[in-house]
This record gives sequence, structure tokens and C-alpha cells, in this order.
Amino acid sequence: MIVLLSKEILAVATEPEIILFRNRTRELAIKIGMGLVNQTKLITAASELARNMIRYGGGGTVTLEVISAPKTTGVRLTFRDEGPGIADLSLAMRDGFSTGKSLGLGLPGAKRLANEFSIQSEVGKGTTVTITRWKNG
Amino acid sequence: MERIPVLKMGQFLLVTIQVDLYDRLALGLEDDLINMVSRTDARGVLIDISAVNIVDSFMGRILGNIAAMSRVLDAETVVVGMQPAVAITLVELGLTLPGVHTALNVEKGMALLRTKIGSVSTGEETPHDRIVE
Ligand SMILES: Nc1ncnc2c1ncn2[C@@H]1O[C@H](COP(=O)(O)OP(=O)(O)OP(=O)(O)O)[C@@H](O)[C@H]1O
Ligand SMILES: [Mg+2]
Repeated sequence: MIVLLSKEILAVATEPEIILFRNRTRELAIKIGMGLVNQTKLITAASELARNMIRYGGGGTVTLEVISAPKTTGVRLTFRDEGPGIADLSLAMRDGFSTGKSLGLGLPGAKRLANEFSIQSEVGKGTTVTITRWKNG
Repeated sequence: MERIPVLKMGQFLLVTIQVDLYDRLALGLEDDLINMVSRTDARGVLIDISAVNIVDSFMGRILGNIAAMSRVLDAETVVVGMQPAVAITLVELGLTLPGVHTALNVEKGMALLRTKIGSVSTGEETPHDRIVE
């Protein structure tokens, strides 16, 4: 069973807001005693998803939650935007696929860096991505 | 406008990144470096990221751009001081930095640059070189 220990919502639509959001994520990770490598993975994934939200989704919100499972604690982040959505999710999840002439690493990389990853998107409605990184694991 | 200082050290340029990069700051740094490389005929660029605790694809692209532009002007780029947690994360993210050499610290980075530009070598390449290539 997963218990919600804390929850807050941040608006992320500009670059300075990405930095604020990253710093807040780090504070939460440190608070639950997450090790440096896992912290770095979590924040790097968070940074990729926040950038996507700004670049392709026109900005949005991130919900930051501290959650506890029977044997561990973790940070769960949910990125929500009401942008154009993604027409072909399996294509977007592929390494190297980018409509922005970029590296195409953000989505597949964030999936590798998180313990849990889910994405929902509807064309014309928006995109929601959720990642969880556990303190140990 | 906020800028990242670029220091001239002999035939090399040294940049120490100590703040989170955002778009305009990064673009300013690219411009400054390229101008300085061509103005001073620098043969190498050292970028110290020991104070940087996350490198995402945005930052990776900037490092790659600097290396590619420097190479056109006949200068090599070495990124020094990458934190171990950052290096581990980069591998999992899948980010490679083509054309960017890495070294443990500024001293080793300078030694590596000297061997790269073919002047008298004062140090050997560390196993750290090319870790993220
Ligand atoms: N929030 C979003 N809204 C709409 N489209 C998105 C969103 N996030 C990602 N995409 C689409 O998915 C593609 C892949 O995203 P991904 O982050 O993997 O690569 P990228 O952003 O193009 O490049 P990189 O992250 O390496 O700079 C994007 O090019 C874009 O077309
Ligand atoms: Mg991206």
C-alpha cells in the first residue's frame, strides 16, 4: 500500500521555474535520505520532463509527492500540461526521436532514470508524465 | 546580463561553471568562448564542471556545441571534474558527448590538452579520458 506523506504543486512554465522546481525536488529527496546517485538520477529525469513541458507543452504544473511503500520511501513527480499532446507515444519514447531537432533523449532517458514511469497523452488535450524514484532501489 | 567568466591561461581558456545554466546564459557562454578562441588563438578549452550537480540533455548539447565550434577553430575541448554521480547518470540517460574529452581535474585536463595539441607532453592521458565518449 502506498501512503501519501506530502504533496505540493508548482507551476513550471519558464527556465527559472525549472531551476526552482529542481531545487525543491532535491530538498525533498534529501529530506527522505535518498543517496546522491539516486538524487542525481531523479533530478536529471525531472529536468528533462520539465523542459519538454515548457518546450512542447507550453508549460504546466508539477505535483511533487513524498510517498511511502511498505519498505521504502520515495518521491513521485507528475508533470501535467495542456499542450498539443503526442500523436505517437511509442515513437516519442524511442531513443533519438525528436520533433525539436534535439537529441531525443528526454523521454526514454527519464524512463531509464526513474524506478517507475508512466505517460498519458491525448492529441489536442495535453500530456501527463509520472515518475517515481525510491530512496533505495 | 549575467555572464560566466572565461579565463586565459597560456594557450588555453578556462571556464568554471558554478551556477545552473539556463538558455541565455549558455548561449552567452558559447558566444564568448568562440570569440575568445578566435581572438586569442587558444588551442584548448577547459570546462570545469566540478560544481555542477546535474547535467541534462540541454547542458550536454551546450558542451557538445562548444567542442564542435572550438574544433572548427582548431582548439580541443576538455571537460574536467565531472562528479561521479553525474557521470553515472549520464550513461543511463544515454547522453554521449561527441568530441568532448574528459579528465579528473584541471591539472590532468591541461596535461591532456598538451598531448592533444602535440606540444611537449607533461602528463599522460588518464583512464578518465573518453569516459563519456
Ligand atoms: N509535453 C509534451 N507535449 C508534446 N509533445 C511532447 C512532450 N514531451 C515530448 N514531446 C514530443 O516527444 C518527442 C521526444 O521527446 P524527448 O524529450 O525524448 O526528446 P526531445 O525533447 O526532442 O530531445 P531532448 O530531450 O533530447 O532534448 C519530442 O520531440 C516531442 O515531439
Ligand atoms: Mg526532451
